[in-house]
Amino acid sequence: SVEAHKEDKPQKTMEVNGLTAVPESYDYDLIVIGGGSGGLAAAKEAAKYGKKVMVLDFVVPTPQGSSWGLGGTCVNVGCIPKKLMHQAALLGQALQDSRKFGWQFTEEVKHNWMTMTESVQNYIGSLNWGYRVALRDNKVTYENAYGEFVGPHTIKATNKRGAEKLYTAERFLIATGERPRYLGIPGDKEYCISSDDLFSLPYCPGKTLVVGASYVALECAGFLAGLGLDVTVMVRSILLRGFDQDMANKIGEYMKEHGVNFIREFVPIKVEQIEEGTPGRLKVTAKSTTGNQIIEGEYNTVLLAIGRDPCTRKIGLDKVGVRINEKTGKIPVNDEEQTNVSYIYAVGDILQDKLELTPVAIQAGRLLIRRLYAGATTKCDYVNVPTTVFTPLEYGACGYSEETAVEKFGEENIEVYHSHFWPLEWTVPSRDNNKCYAKIICNIQDNERVIGFHVLGPNAGEVTQGFAAAIKCGMTKEQLDNTVGIHPVCAEV
Amino acid sequence: GKNEYDLLVIGGGSGGLACAKEAAQFGRKVAVLDYVEPSPQGTSWGLGGTCVNVGCIPKKLMHQAALLGSALKDAQHYGWNIAQPVHHTWSVMAQAVQNYVKSLNWGHRVQLQDKKVKYFNMKGSFSDPHTVHGLTKAGKETIVTADNIVLATGGRPKYPTHIAGALEYGITSDDLFWLKESPGKTLPSFILYVSLECAGFLTGIGLDTAVMMRSIPLRGFDQASQMASLVTEHMESYGTKFLKRCFPTKVEKLKSNRLQVTWKNTDLGTEESDSFDTVMWAVGRAPDTKTLNLETVGVKTNSETGKIIVDASEATSVPHIYAIGDITEGRPELTPTAIAAGKLLAQRLFGQSSELMDYDNVPTTVFTPLEYGCVGLSEEAAVQCHGSENIEVFHAYYKPLEFTVAERDATQCYMKMVCLREREQRILGLHFIGPNAGEVIQGFALGIKCGATYPQLMKAVGIHPTCAEEVTKLHITKRSGLDATVTGC
Repeated sequence: SVEAHKEDKPQKTMEVNGLTAVPESYDYDLIVIGGGSGGLAAAKEAAKYGKKVMVLDFVVPTPQGSSWGLGGTCVNVGCIPKKLMHQAALLGQALQDSRKFGWQFTEEVKHNWMTMTESVQNYIGSLNWGYRVALRDNKVTYENAYGEFVGPHTIKATNKRGAEKLYTAERFLIATGERPRYLGIPGDKEYCISSDDLFSLPYCPGKTLVVGASYVALECAGFLAGLGLDVTVMVRSILLRGFDQDMANKIGEYMKEHGVNFIREFVPIKVEQIEEGTPGRLKVTAKSTTGNQIIEGEYNTVLLAIGRDPCTRKIGLDKVGVRINEKTGKIPVNDEEQTNVSYIYAVGDILQDKLELTPVAIQAGRLLIRRLYAGATTKCDYVNVPTTVFTPLEYGACGYSEETAVEKFGEENIEVYHSHFWPLEWTVPSRDNNKCYAKIICNIQDNERVIGFHVLGPNAGEVTQGFAAAIKCGMTKEQLDNTVGIHPVCAEV
Repeated sequence: GKNEYDLLVIGGGSGGLACAKEAAQFGRKVAVLDYVEPSPQGTSWGLGGTCVNVGCIPKKLMHQAALLGSALKDAQHYGWNIAQPVHHTWSVMAQAVQNYVKSLNWGHRVQLQDKKVKYFNMKGSFSDPHTVHGLTKAGKETIVTADNIVLATGGRPKYPTHIAGALEYGITSDDLFWLKESPGKTLPSFILYVSLECAGFLTGIGLDTAVMMRSIPLRGFDQASQMASLVTEHMESYGTKFLKRCFPTKVEKLKSNRLQVTWKNTDLGTEESDSFDTVMWAVGRAPDTKTLNLETVGVKTNSETGKIIVDASEATSVPHIYAIGDITEGRPELTPTAIAAGKLLAQRLFGQSSELMDYDNVPTTVFTPLEYGCVGLSEEAAVQCHGSENIEVFHAYYKPLEFTVAERDATQCYMKMVCLREREQRILGLHFIGPNAGEVIQGFALGIKCGATYPQLMKAVGIHPTCAEEVTKLHITKRSGLDATVTGC
């Protein structure tokens, strides 16, 4: 079959006196394509075992021209700037609360986008620098060049100026991550921005339309509204597909009650520019998904957050026979992160059927390297990985959603315990007393083992982390009941 | 004759109310006596006990007020334009807090009513093992008889009565939360968590605050890796003054109505003094058992502490008389343990349960400006119990992401995990200093209750970006002597 041809059997191996193949020397033991969370973690780990490692990282500028340094999505256009801007929005709320706690200052408080963005970008810059230093200290070769396979064990690296170099390696790790998807409608690439542009936008986005219902869409809409901007979210169907829908709806409701407008069951069909500027004015035309209704709206900025596509289609995978899912672009791997080509591995967001999270990529990358070079056998455990959505009302989760639990175990076999709670800190400033919520899903047949944990409230990430560790230890409802709460905190609920 | 009630609870605080309401669930006839003897300064409050009125609740709210002060400073770095100067008004905060507490008092009364628990606002004392004599503020008397009696009268702040002027001029936490006017320049004295927490939020709302300590901070909490000194170091950099190794000798009132405090500095061997608006004593709490008349019925107490001696089922030395909460000897003085113990007691008495309260691995948090949360053994206790060769301590200095843009100092943000060294590497204790320490520790406390081991924790994936994820990444041991600063993403 075609696969057999392109399988492992590195062409440069030789058999000597019938003994097992001894590879000829390659330029590197390992080349990592992609200097993000997964790639860098793996590279540094491999260097620890004395391996000769190279990292290739390159950022293709966005249609708007945005680019960034070493570190990948998380550091530059993901988790880090997102959490910092979320924090800026939370601080806006804190300012309002503080008056009720006795603090006095002028009535009118305005937010300056440039001050915030500059601070955030400066911090990111320090991280980019830190990564370059870390690679150097670990004796990992780094090239700011676009890597693509040109033949077995061989890649071509093209830098910004177009200069090309060829490198060979015994093994490769693909960790190229993803980039935001565009709608494919008139005006999208010309006038719309994505999360790739938002965090370094050199002007305040103003009145913003966020297209999408992913966590990226809701998180961005959330903090933009928290900074005082007029924000609308256009949703094709449901919020946070793949997440517990009960929780997703509560998040949406909260955002609506706190100033975010929602346009449900519409998709944009064209974006036109009314006026140039920073920001300019854009006209968005949208069509209903349930009928023929057409609506129009005017915004300063349109932010597309409809999903992300893996960077796997233009890196020469066909030249080395690495199979990808043609529809999604994702790479299927076995439980040791190995592609169908035995010397080529992959980690992070590009993997099929795995979670798109920084800590997962880091964990998978490190464990892979330990298996390859340190004789370890531990595989990455993708079960019960906790996550948090940093919407204005944060949502932390670990394990099964209610729907998935019902589907897998049957409604009669699961018990859901739930409670609304009112954080003590919200009482004095009279903030909502019925919005924060927690629920656990237990498997009745397995000693009421906790198989799902969901919490909606402040510091959801901090709360969820420990519970995730406990779930990994097989916590049951009884053990949960027997654990004394810390008072007064949200987590005690 | 037959006793009037199945259960009489003396003390309407965290433990007492929980026990009473649980017993009522079983259809029992229950009564609660609650009475607040006014403080020497005349402060009093409603139903709910220490936690609700003069403890956890107002403390956390005032701590929050102080944290919001920091948030105001941070906000400028995040782009918020706030015209300086920014002021804090004590009376606005105090009124808001006091109103909330009063709503809780009301809520408790309604709950008791709903559950058909009879409530007496009376001071109780024993006549015999099943009879309690109740006295109202106005002097009206009632006799209450019950099959079972639970003592849950809690504790009250101690006064250092050997110091001249201490009682007349000083206040305690009982008074602090109910002050209508700002305490101004304050001197909370001696080191217990109460003292540090109060000093912390007073500093945070802009008051000139000093803490006087005779010896070590946070006695009883982890000492070795200086969790306590990290906490106080942070407070010092935050603006609280510490008068270390000093003890006061007298407090006098000045013509200006301010207070002159004189103290001995044991390091320098000198005597010093300064004037303050308020002197607050936080030298410990004593069990509130004096007026109960325990000797009459023979309930045994610890001669040193005055606390009531109980067994694993919360039973005292007298049949049918039990005790829970802060008045019991050898128990943590925490609301959630009192509540849990109270509920379990009621379940054992009336619900055919035999489950005892598990006091092991109870998590707690000190709400100082930089919070300290912990569960399980301190490093010293672990060493004492198992020997230093048999334990491994993993630790890390980390920086919360939110501190970066805000340019806040994270020097004291620190965590450590104490584990057994042998095969399994079971986790004995976890200690965390940083923002939202309580939220971070709670879930891990659960894990420890499930017997979590170090390898299990390392398998758990972190949530990014949070502070808590650093717990799942702990890998530098104290034994190695390596730099424990977390670097990079």
